[in-house]
Amino acid sequence: MSTLDAITLSVLQAALQQVCDEMDLTFSRAAFSPVIAEANDRSDGIYSAVDGSLIAQGSQGLPVFVGVMQYSTKTVIEMIADGRCLPPAPGDIYIVNDPYLGGTHLMDVRFVMPVYRDGKIFCWLSNTGHWPDIGGSVPGGFSASATAVEQEGLRLPPVKLFKKGVLDPEIYAIICSNIRVADQRIGDIRAQAAALLIGQDRLNEILDRYGDETVVEAIAELRRRAAAQMRANISAIPDGTYRARAFVDSDGVVDEPLTIALAVEKRGDTLTFDFAGSSKPCAGPMNSVLATTLSSVYLAMRHIFPDVPISAGAFEPLVVRRPEGTFLDAKYPRPVSGCAAEVSQRIAEAVFAAMVQALPDKVTAAPAGSSGNFALGGHDPARGRDYVMYQISGGGYGGNAGHDGLTNGCSTIGISKSPPVEIMEQAYPVLYRHYALREGSGGAGKHRGGFGLAYEVEILRGEARASFVMDHGRFGPQGVLGGRDGAVNTVRVFRDGEEHVPPHLSKEQDIPLKAGDRVRVGTPGGGGYGDPRERDPELVRRDIALGYYTPEQASEMFGRDRG
Amino acid sequence: MEENFTASRGSVVAGIDVGGTFTDLLLVDGRDGGKVRIAKTPTTVHNQAFGVVAALGATGFPVDGIDLIVHGTTTTTNAVLERRLARTGMITTKGFRDVIELGRRTRPQAYGMSGTFVPVIPRDLRLEVAERVEASGAVRVPLDENDMREAVKRLLAAGCESLVIHFLHSYANPSHERRAAEIAAEFWPNGYVTTGHALLSEAREFERGVTASVNASVQPILERYVEKLRHELAAQGYARDFLIMNGNGGMISARFVTRESAKTVMSGPASGVIAAAYTGKRAGFGNLVTYDMGGTSTDVALIRNAEPAVSNEIEIEYAMPIHVPMVAVHTVGAGGGSIARVDAAGLIQVGPESAGANPGPICYGRGGTDPTITDANLVLGRLAPKKLLAVDNPVTSGHVAAIFEERIGRRTGLSGVEAAGAVLRLANIKMAGAIRMVSVSRGHDPRDFTLFAFGGAGPLHATALARELGLPRVLVPARPGITNALGCVVADLRHDFVNTVNQPVSLLDEAMLSEVLERHRNEGEALIAKEAVKPDAIRVTHSADMQFVGQTHIINVALPSSSVTRQLLQELFEKAYFARFKVELPEIRANLVNLNTSVTGVRPAIDLSRLIDPAGRAATLDEALREMRPVWYGGAWIDTPVYGREKLPLDAVVEGPAILEQMDATTVLEPGDRARSDADGNIVIDIGGA
Repeated sequence: MSTLDAITLSVLQAALQQVCDEMDLTFSRAAFSPVIAEANDRSDGIYSAVDGSLIAQGSQGLPVFVGVMQYSTKTVIEMIADGRCLPPAPGDIYIVNDPYLGGTHLMDVRFVMPVYRDGKIFCWLSNTGHWPDIGGSVPGGFSASATAVEQEGLRLPPVKLFKKGVLDPEIYAIICSNIRVADQRIGDIRAQAAALLIGQDRLNEILDRYGDETVVEAIAELRRRAAAQMRANISAIPDGTYRARAFVDSDGVVDEPLTIALAVEKRGDTLTFDFAGSSKPCAGPMNSVLATTLSSVYLAMRHIFPDVPISAGAFEPLVVRRPEGTFLDAKYPRPVSGCAAEVSQRIAEAVFAAMVQALPDKVTAAPAGSSGNFALGGHDPARGRDYVMYQISGGGYGGNAGHDGLTNGCSTIGISKSPPVEIMEQAYPVLYRHYALREGSGGAGKHRGGFGLAYEVEILRGEARASFVMDHGRFGPQGVLGGRDGAVNTVRVFRDGEEHVPPHLSKEQDIPLKAGDRVRVGTPGGGGYGDPRERDPELVRRDIALGYYTPEQASEMFGRDRG
Repeated sequence: MEENFTASRGSVVAGIDVGGTFTDLLLVDGRDGGKVRIAKTPTTVHNQAFGVVAALGATGFPVDGIDLIVHGTTTTTNAVLERRLARTGMITTKGFRDVIELGRRTRPQAYGMSGTFVPVIPRDLRLEVAERVEASGAVRVPLDENDMREAVKRLLAAGCESLVIHFLHSYANPSHERRAAEIAAEFWPNGYVTTGHALLSEAREFERGVTASVNASVQPILERYVEKLRHELAAQGYARDFLIMNGNGGMISARFVTRESAKTVMSGPASGVIAAAYTGKRAGFGNLVTYDMGGTSTDVALIRNAEPAVSNEIEIEYAMPIHVPMVAVHTVGAGGGSIARVDAAGLIQVGPESAGANPGPICYGRGGTDPTITDANLVLGRLAPKKLLAVDNPVTSGHVAAIFEERIGRRTGLSGVEAAGAVLRLANIKMAGAIRMVSVSRGHDPRDFTLFAFGGAGPLHATALARELGLPRVLVPARPGITNALGCVVADLRHDFVNTVNQPVSLLDEAMLSEVLERHRNEGEALIAKEAVKPDAIRVTHSADMQFVGQTHIINVALPSSSVTRQLLQELFEKAYFARFKVELPEIRANLVNLNTSVTGVRPAIDLSRLIDPAGRAATLDEALREMRPVWYGGAWIDTPVYGREKLPLDAVVEGPAILEQMDATTVLEPGDRARSDADGNIVIDIGGA
């Protein structure tokens, strides 16, 4: 038991959290990439000097990065120890994006910086930012048909980008020569480093005020307590094994579904996650690396128990058996661009589907669970320039014990806003014919799923190529406890009046389009919760009046004698 | 009918602020050397006008002798938050009626996959018509006027009282919205028709649509309220025009206020910030962090050089953006009613749950059983039980301490008093963190700022917070509990203008810049000329919202005049960017996003020297002493002098520890702090060790 009093402990918990929150804020506000600045596709944290384990992480970081950076920080520490990395000095910042060294996909670039006290490393600060491009075969990095990581872009092992506070012009030049729109990356690099430096200042203030030893002691005690808190939550779950499956439509290359088989075993105060029986590593980019798989489990559990602060302690009672030999533990050179945006959400869906059996009051039916990536790259003859447009979309959330699911919610692993139609039309030669609530898409249930989004985009000028990395085209988000599945994702491409459906339903790359051609997307609705026949008839009538369902749909979905 | 209103320079001015619990009134009689009258009456929820009239009556001043009434109201705020809105219809571009329901694909919190959202206008009252304007402003599909007529008739038949017309890209070409409004006017029985571009001429259809929807759906409510109040005031003999506080911190004639009703949703918080700026400027402190702590939340704003920061991007609740220029008030979810508990990890947590006003803290005696921040203040001797307003069944400090011991102390090994001390300290740390994020962390040096503490609970926590934030000074105004009413008394007339430019600085046409800024000035002056109240002077300030090319966030840069060069813009921006992020980016060009102007009609100065009656001041500090009582400071009880604040001699210096009590607020001085009064009756506290 710690000798620290409860007050100091609570105070330091809040103070360390604020350091991370302030790093998050600085990074977003100073960044150039809209993916970071608007979509907050970034995260900042404090990591142990010994093993890189997570001490504290910003509360507004992108959920998919929960826990990820502790693995890359650990790798950096190990590679320094065995000589594969140059030893650190004050002011150094390492850059790394290698997925197999504790990462996600190549676009998520991590900075790792030692913080020194009295000449020794006290801890590490690290952040991740999603760069808008990292080279590779397609702009933006989301190739639906890559078969090796080299096609996905530039891969950096941990190297010093800043040496004693100074940007290394040689490494910087190598990076810039290998990525698109390189001229703006200097802004993101400065922003990413500025966030770490502000974190260092704040942390030093705390250390000066409370004393290094007190803070070290508090960190250890907070870790023990976070573990205890998670264990207390887990203890309330009935002992047993809870099984669930979730499916990725295809890997983008081979048209077969990928299975995530999950058995969650609850014994005492521990949860063991076993993915045995999941599909083998795949040819296309829907592989996940181990760090992302772990992080997906953690983020799903944090959605279930949001009150436990994010730290290595919270993860201790969550034992994930290494899913070796499956697509959830891919090795070099398997392509991985889909892991952070899509596979992670299927893993979370499997966790929700297993845990809702144990905790029906806390867990929702499956949410839409796709980032809805639609990329359009083309040439605008009126402006005489090339462009790459990204449309990300939300979908319906799952019904839950208290309420219907939210409509057009953000992806499970994200917190980012989608761009306004008016901004898209200003920037690119496209016209949206509709951008609407997708009627009928919410899965039926006592509490129905939320509704997905329906939109249609027309190319106004020039030629372009459309690529899709979405999911849930084959199977809708799962309903639970008698609720029905939400509607599947749909993609329709209209070329010269001919309708084209991607063979893999939710994924395809480089579909050639020209002016007048159209792309129509319907995103998934959320799964329903509970028996639809138990739905309050007044709510069914309201849903019909609001045009959410036709009377026929309502009668079919919520019981024939209804509506 | 402007001739009906006598132009008034307002030598007897009454400011009236309607809050959640109390209606506060401050009357300054300029004919009688600035003599002040104050009233506090219960807010009458269903018709706030009754509370206003009761407050006027309570002053004893003849209502027909008042020259000017300025009013801050929560009528529209409450209507939105509680969704007690006028039945409102919306007509949109075909294919886009769901924009205000879909939002920007968000969820209410980062973690937790549940949440609900109710759009301001329900889906069955949102209709579509054929029309389409492109991003360039070019018309792609002409407005189908028959569609439009049919839609208007359907919404009228559905019982709608207000109407929103919200077309895509109307900021680029408003002709369709204008024509549609003309068609609507053929049938619509009242003036409650809001077009999207009229309020906010900027891209982003969700934000513009919600802003317009809020405006339309509170318009009839605000108008009815204004009429009721006008009627009640007339019955009391006040036949002049009265003014309403707007969210931008300026006041506007009640005759014009409903046109832009959405701006009044921040009426109350804005008036507090205006009072702070005014008071601070007179006291010689132009840079302030305002800190208004109430029962359930705390409002924070930043004032630099006596100018409150203004934002066009206020979100009043989840997915409810109101994008018109308003005083940038940030709400932190912690107040006196925030509940303390011990979590599963054995750590003390404060909030976010709140006991609110009902049942409220334990010490209110209304059945509250959860220990709150206010209760902690009571246990620690900072708050005297007899000083609590609105207590139903008094409870003793010992009783509350026992609850702290049981609920907090048992699992943390602390006594009841220690537990209360821990709760207070943690609450201050959390509030300081939240305040830092919206104020000094944005590149400002805390040593340049003074904490302006008001609201019922602000002065209780102010010195501890200032210490935590590294602010050297606290200013507690003479009447912390009626600061919003004071804001009404001192506010100016104000109009704000925004024009989107969105061009790299190197390509800017310098003549265009000054043309836009001059046009702003002319429009603002014309609007102010229409008011019945005549200002002493007109003040015009210009600013630019800027970024590096490729960025999305913006930084606001003050402009010295309306004639600006490209080089000046670049320099001012680079300086501001470095101050904020400590980053220089000579490689990248700057971009001008918006040009902003605010035109202020400056009202005659109001004499604040009698907010606390000088005649009531004691001759010596000892005469102001009410009692000695033990107060808990950082781990020990110290016998602490408690002074009646109104009695403090103007030249007195009070050394902490000390407590200053007045009717509506308690100020705590910690050991090492030193307080003095100024001529306006403010208390200025130098933080020890800062």
